Amino acid sequence: MPQSADKILDHAPLFREPEYKDMLARKAEFENMPPVEQVTQIADWTKSWDYREKNFARESLSVNPAKACQPLGAVFVASGFERTMSFVHGSQGCVAYYRSHLSRHFKEPSSAVSSSMTEDAAVFGGLNNMVDGLANTYKLYSPKMIAVSTTCMAEVIGDDLNAFIATAKDKESVPADFDVPFAHTPAFVGSHVTGYDNMLKGILDHFWKGKEAKPNGSLNIIPGFDGFAVGNNRELKRVLDLMGVDYTILSDVSDQFDTPSDGEFRMYDGGTPIEATKNAVNASATLSLQEYCTPKTLDYAASFGQKTKSLHYPIGVGGTDDLLSSISELTGKPVPEALELERGRLVDAMADSQSWLHGKTYAIYGDPDFVYGMARFVLETGGEPKHCLATNGSKAWEAQMQALFDSSTFGAGCKAWGGRDLWHMRSLLATEEVDLLIGNSYGKYLERDTKTPLIRLMFPIFDRHHHHRFPVWGYQGGLRVLVTILDKIFDCLDQDTMDPGVTDYSFDLTR
Amino acid sequence: MSLDEGTINDPTLPERLIAEVLEAYPDKSRKRRQKHLSVSTTPDAEEKAEGALSECDVKSNVKSIPGVMTIRGCAYAGSKGVVWGPVKDMVHISHGPVGCGQYSWSQRRNYYIGNTGVDSFVTMQFTSDFQERDIVFGGDKKLEKIIDEIDELFPLAKGISIQSECPIGLIGDDIEAVSRKKKKETGKTIVPVRCEGFRGVSQSLGHHIANDAIRDWVFNQDGSEDKFETTPYDVNVIGDYNIGGDAWSSRILLEEIGLRVVGNWSGDATLAEMERAPKAKLNLIHCYRSMNYICRYMEEKYNIPWVEYNFFGPSQIAASLRKIAALFDETIQANAERVIAKYQPLVDAILAKYKPRLEGKTVMLYVGGLRPRHVVNAYDDLGMVITGTGYEFAHSDDYQRTGHYVREGTLIYDDVTGYELERFIEGMRPDLVGSGIKEKYPVQKMGIPFRQMHSWDYSGPYHGYDGFAIFARDMDLAINNPVWGLFKAPWKKEAA
Repeated sequence: MPQSADKILDHAPLFREPEYKDMLARKAEFENMPPVEQVTQIADWTKSWDYREKNFARESLSVNPAKACQPLGAVFVASGFERTMSFVHGSQGCVAYYRSHLSRHFKEPSSAVSSSMTEDAAVFGGLNNMVDGLANTYKLYSPKMIAVSTTCMAEVIGDDLNAFIATAKDKESVPADFDVPFAHTPAFVGSHVTGYDNMLKGILDHFWKGKEAKPNGSLNIIPGFDGFAVGNNRELKRVLDLMGVDYTILSDVSDQFDTPSDGEFRMYDGGTPIEATKNAVNASATLSLQEYCTPKTLDYAASFGQKTKSLHYPIGVGGTDDLLSSISELTGKPVPEALELERGRLVDAMADSQSWLHGKTYAIYGDPDFVYGMARFVLETGGEPKHCLATNGSKAWEAQMQALFDSSTFGAGCKAWGGRDLWHMRSLLATEEVDLLIGNSYGKYLERDTKTPLIRLMFPIFDRHHHHRFPVWGYQGGLRVLVTILDKIFDCLDQDTMDPGVTDYSFDLTR
Repeated sequence: MSLDEGTINDPTLPERLIAEVLEAYPDKSRKRRQKHLSVSTTPDAEEKAEGALSECDVKSNVKSIPGVMTIRGCAYAGSKGVVWGPVKDMVHISHGPVGCGQYSWSQRRNYYIGNTGVDSFVTMQFTSDFQERDIVFGGDKKLEKIIDEIDELFPLAKGISIQSECPIGLIGDDIEAVSRKKKKETGKTIVPVRCEGFRGVSQSLGHHIANDAIRDWVFNQDGSEDKFETTPYDVNVIGDYNIGGDAWSSRILLEEIGLRVVGNWSGDATLAEMERAPKAKLNLIHCYRSMNYICRYMEEKYNIPWVEYNFFGPSQIAASLRKIAALFDETIQANAERVIAKYQPLVDAILAKYKPRLEGKTVMLYVGGLRPRHVVNAYDDLGMVITGTGYEFAHSDDYQRTGHYVREGTLIYDDVTGYELERFIEGMRPDLVGSGIKEKYPVQKMGIPFRQMHSWDYSGPYHGYDGFAIFARDMDLAINNPVWGLFKAPWKKEAA
């Protein structure tokens, strides 16, 4: 009997006990699985160049894509405004999925409601669901704002949010002057970064429409969809305060996804105040930290005469230099000495460790801006970002990536893959090996199949805890990214050299 | 809100809490919600004679109210996420936009043995990733192409299921025609499943539709099932999804009493195990809610009886082993007694270790499927008391069965809303809450220990004797961790 009260075995060791091994062997007789030789043969073939070519010839099937759908981005961005409840119009299962997905990453509550449309609403439209739903949400959850987005069901049947919300207000579901911004967020267009853009533009349009901007010298900053938002936004605010900038972060989820444990459940916490959102129309400029999260929103801001600019996820020295220079350029505030010191410390750390980083090869995947920023930092360390992949990356993104590769001698032989998925990445890693893989938790399957060590720096991270509480942006964040990469390199090296009397001649105390 | 102890011994508390939460709703919704909330009452004489402890009478299996934060999922979640997803040697296509497959990817912890991407595909996300043109022009041609691509790149896949997302049924695609055509061309099993998320009111209809798809597209397929020597002891385990290895810690007991498990549905299952199911002598059903349909069909069509069992906690395990054995000969019955006796010392040692730490602790549950009732006795074995329970997607027969598990005065909530659950937990202040990922963090922030009872909170198995040891250990570590004592800063404690 494998189990005992003294030493309770969890699933991992329990099923390796002889009783279970025997049982599983007996079960195999009933399974009709293919013979071992055939499995080995096919397994080897899936890692060949022949397979890679067939795999890349795929036109219709998507396998392990690295992207989610629009409403996830809409729910994420809405949760960064003061006491705002996301109301997603359409089927209810979708909302259960967004909430679970965000909670699994942040280890935090994630609140959102659905209009719970079913078959009758598919036939007659979801107006009644909107009318009843807004009334219930307003009464039960006391929001200051309800941000409406859509699932693909509501989009396919063509529900008109503008008209529906107006009708709901006529029927007194919510007061006539209550804020109900909306955005259509079809899941069959773009990805979660598109949904972020659409919802943010919807919220700004709700508050800014018809207003005349009176430029006041302040700066709007849009962080974009970011799994590290808790740490990053706080770091961003610290930097902006050091520079003495008057700013508004348009959607700040850092408190919403990092509430304390003190006996009280806060359904809402922090977020960009409604008043600040209204006043943001008067900013002199809007700076996006992720270009692909904000094309429509920036156009909209520009239509009010604001200067606009977008970056690619400010990681590392050059990425942070661009961030600070951009803030300086848009606000006229100089970069203070304190930040120059921080820059010097990051460069100092990189110099100390350069011998371990120089020439290392990487595969990087994730959202387009993250992949760009990450690859740029890798190039700064003397690394080579060989395979860069974004399932939601476009041809334009591929061209930007190529320009980045061309800007460094370490970019030779590097390639960007837009619109590809993690099954493509498997072929790349199997046929053209690299030293390290940078991605999210889904990358663990690639690590298993190709033995490429995985570094988790991208949303979602389900199987490691609390990384998102620390920044990866700015010079301070750069230090954290640097240490994360170095730790992986050293841990792998130690693992590889700890066989006593065999490999441990290289098990060096000082590295 | 405070950390003070609630008045758990106040018998009027559940009724008062129901009245309080209903106050918060607009009139129309209040009328609908009040039918879903109740306190279990004294059973009538007939029910008592059948062993009922209480009567749990609430309205169930109707549409959720918009805007209230239902915890329910959809039919796709019931079919792909629950029934089909675990079948390991088939590729399951999430047919439609990318999100549904992405959010459900690898989240149900259906353990399996296999070479992923080569002969097994459970923890992969296959999707047709619908774009606008697919919505406008239809997705059937793309689906055909996808099936061809799967056939080329994953030659060892035994079959394909097509799990419909919302748009499929709305744009009029004919996935059945594509399936028939492709089945002819590839010679493989291809199963279209009409589990669009807007169908029905919860996951539940998805289970039913998935069961029907097995009936229509797996059974009776032109004699393609394997030649199979039967024995008088052949059983199928139905409705065990092998979460954290549950089906394995169950199977080992069934084998020990001398039965031969010829199919496990659907955790760690292969297509062959499903195809041959009609050759078994008996269907053993664990999750009644999600798979009773196919059992009833096999009973009607193939004359295979079915019996419900419960492998949570030693008292139910022993009762279930005896109940199952009683349907076989004396050898099996003697084996059952021998197995129960064999594990008794383990049970005694677990209870000796954990019962003193857990006795008298109160628990509130809100889960799906069978668990709101099936796990009650496992807690009971540890001396813990269920003070509230409810189902995401039960039907009236589930609530009927629940009366056999919970005592009078238990708070019962059907399709509970986020608002209600928070208020109930705050009012009752149980020592432990068992629910899902969306509920975990709000509850913990209130200072109340929590275990996810869908995924076993990344632990398990919880089935069988080996699983009970882990279950007891997990409940103890949740409740008796020192972190719950750190919530209040010392200066605040003094002030209070």
